Amino acid sequence: MAKVTKIVKSITIDADKCNGCKACEVICSSWHATPRYSSNNPARSRIRIVRLPLRDIYLPVYAGEYTESECTGRDKYIIDGKEYNECDFCRASCPSRNLFKEPDSGLPLKCDMCEETPALDQPKCVEWCHAEALIYVEREEEVEEDEQPKLGDVEIGIGAMIDKFGLQQVLDTVARMAKP
Amino acid sequence: MRYGEIGFDLEVDLSRGSIDRVETDPNDTKLYLGGLGTNAKIMWDRVPAETDAFSPDNLLIFSSGLLCGTAAPGSNRTIVSTISPQTKLMAYSMMGGFFAPELKYAGYDKVVISGKSEELVYLWINNDKVEIRDASHLKGMGATATSEAIRTELKDPDIQVAAIGLAGENRVFYASIEQGRSSASRGGIGAVMGDKGLKAIAVRGTRDINVADPAKYMELCDSVLKYIKFRGENPIKGVPPILQGLGSPQEMAIVDEEWHTTNFTWGNSRTRRKDFWTHEIEQKWKETQENVRTRLISCHNCPMKCGATISVPGLPTYMMKCYSKLTYTMAAFSDLDFGFRIAQKATEYGVDGFSAPQAMAFGLELLEAGILTLEDFPGMPEDNEGRFFYLLDKIVRREGIGDYLADGTYWAARRIGKGAEKFDHNTIKKHEQLPLKLGMLNPVYYLMYSTGEKINITQIEGQFPQEPFATREAREEFVKDWFQVPDEKFKKYYVDWEPRGEMSNPYYPTVEASCEIVDWMEKMHYIDDALGMCAGLSSFPLKPPYHIHNYPEFVTAATGIKMNKDDVWKSATRTRTLMRALNVRRGMRRADDKPPEDHWRKRFPDLEKQLLDQYYKLKGFNDQGIPTKESLHELEMDYVAEEFEQKGIYSNG
Repeated sequence: MAKVTKIVKSITIDADKCNGCKACEVICSSWHATPRYSSNNPARSRIRIVRLPLRDIYLPVYAGEYTESECTGRDKYIIDGKEYNECDFCRASCPSRNLFKEPDSGLPLKCDMCEETPALDQPKCVEWCHAEALIYVEREEEVEEDEQPKLGDVEIGIGAMIDKFGLQQVLDTVARMAKP
Repeated sequence: MRYGEIGFDLEVDLSRGSIDRVETDPNDTKLYLGGLGTNAKIMWDRVPAETDAFSPDNLLIFSSGLLCGTAAPGSNRTIVSTISPQTKLMAYSMMGGFFAPELKYAGYDKVVISGKSEELVYLWINNDKVEIRDASHLKGMGATATSEAIRTELKDPDIQVAAIGLAGENRVFYASIEQGRSSASRGGIGAVMGDKGLKAIAVRGTRDINVADPAKYMELCDSVLKYIKFRGENPIKGVPPILQGLGSPQEMAIVDEEWHTTNFTWGNSRTRRKDFWTHEIEQKWKETQENVRTRLISCHNCPMKCGATISVPGLPTYMMKCYSKLTYTMAAFSDLDFGFRIAQKATEYGVDGFSAPQAMAFGLELLEAGILTLEDFPGMPEDNEGRFFYLLDKIVRREGIGDYLADGTYWAARRIGKGAEKFDHNTIKKHEQLPLKLGMLNPVYYLMYSTGEKINITQIEGQFPQEPFATREAREEFVKDWFQVPDEKFKKYYVDWEPRGEMSNPYYPTVEASCEIVDWMEKMHYIDDALGMCAGLSSFPLKPPYHIHNYPEFVTAATGIKMNKDDVWKSATRTRTLMRALNVRRGMRRADDKPPEDHWRKRFPDLEKQLLDQYYKLKGFNDQGIPTKESLHELEMDYVAEEFEQKGIYSNG
């Protein structure tokens, strides 16, 4: 397979610099509102700060993949004398917690690096973090060319329905609906 | 749909145990904006003039401001309003932190508490679900510990909690309401909370706050953030370090305390120690501060870092901001290590960092003067630090002499008698002031001290420099990029102001210019308090990002209510006038509008009279400081004039 160069977008999180102001949560939810900036609500943000001031824990975490079932991780991490839950570091929108879900519908949220055309210089949360706890980094990576065609929106949607109801039930329903 | 604001208040009657979600009148937003403005309107409408602070009829209002919780940086203030047990006037202490935005995310602009609960309770607001819960297990617990206990029992670390400590429960007249890194401390509002049997309010919200003109609103927010960055990189030259930047004075970041320790007074606001600050002290204090300060921290959606987490070895961690690291230190003639130690206890007990140390120093002065004797202080240690810890414990428990001192220096002096009144020398309207004694009268400060309804200079003063730069060139340089002025004439007032000679204090700025300068500074504070904006980004520091030229755009884009500069200015005038009216209705008159007798060594009675006369005229007050019928009519507040007439307030003076 052919190799291609891909730009990977990432954010370096310097948790030592975070001071818990939640500006990232405010601007994220505001940017992703429809119409853009029309509302804000940190509960809808795709970045959340685990903020426990008395234990000096300030940990920005980005929303990642949706997962259907919770994992078995219940371990504790002790770093520099501070105790963290394993969950604190996890990006998943998962059944074990309310994090990274739309508060009304429960639908999962995921960070999209504020992608749009024309592209922003950096994600909004990075721009609004004056503490410089969030640092945007682009790097080039050589990857194998993806020969799989990209799934369209309808395919992704049907895939989710199949996951939930099973292939047969979806087929039956589509067939029924297709009848004139 | 309402924009910027939510349009609903939460009404909680603790006597009946009832909870209601009540829609508010959008017309009040046009007239008073929100926050303090609409609090004052509620207090006027619903708390009769004769209501005592500890009556069930007194209201305790926790309000957000109009912009709180929106993307506007620094819009996070909670404005708490009630009748003060100490001044007997309306108190409106405020706090930053995270409470007000969370309240709006839960779906309310205000929580209006009335009545009294027989048992100690706390209020749990979780979006639409609101409960009055038993708090008997939290009785006597510290304010910070209470917040942690509530978060643990409700199993959500993102809950924001405003709580009182032992001082509030025991109705100490300067008890505070604590909220993590912030507190609403002035005027004894924590005592009213304790009197109502309310230990805490816990809130969690996951709803949207909408703005009317999203693109414009974000453009405004972005320009404010950009200017904050610019100011961070361009501190004001020629002023003490703590006044160079934005935010609260950066007491947690900065160690250089020469300005405070040599200009402000020690003990019961008595002694100036002009030679105190030495290299040795600086080294020692630097070590102390850096050893206990874990991290600089912010309030909701604000890039400034005015607070800090403080961990003194052997003591529970707490959070601190601003000046309280020095108020105990200086009252006790001690050092910074003591300051951080006692502030930990004081924060858990929940007392005001200005009033509490002064009441203690006052008590010890009376002992020294022989008005009190050692019998009044049974078991008191002999060292200064030990005595302060001892007195703090007595005060918050109202034990023995502590019961007297818990009422503040004014009331304690009158209850003790035997000449103690003379030692209550640093209060205005019965309320302890900054420990500061100066030489030459400053006309602008004279007016602010005398007339400010907040009775607390740091919440009245602001962006007009406290003194002129030495040379005209430096002053001309300063005004070059001073676009925040409401009118060009303020630049001239400043450029012409000299440190000495004819164009200096007390006769310059002139009477008229002084009144205009005060009017500007005061208006900006009133606008901040209505919008819930932190004074640290607006009315307090030199050259702030928020000012009278961009505020109308913020209000219009947030709410959809078209407002220009004059409209916003007029709304602040309205609230300022209503605050005065509330206090006039409770008996305040011209005789009360005065600074502490010894605040300045050089006083000028004729000039002071002229200043006050002119200030009243500019404000539309009569010579007793009562808003006139005509000015009230112009402000669409005839309802105030009508009540004044009915009560004979105009005719009896």
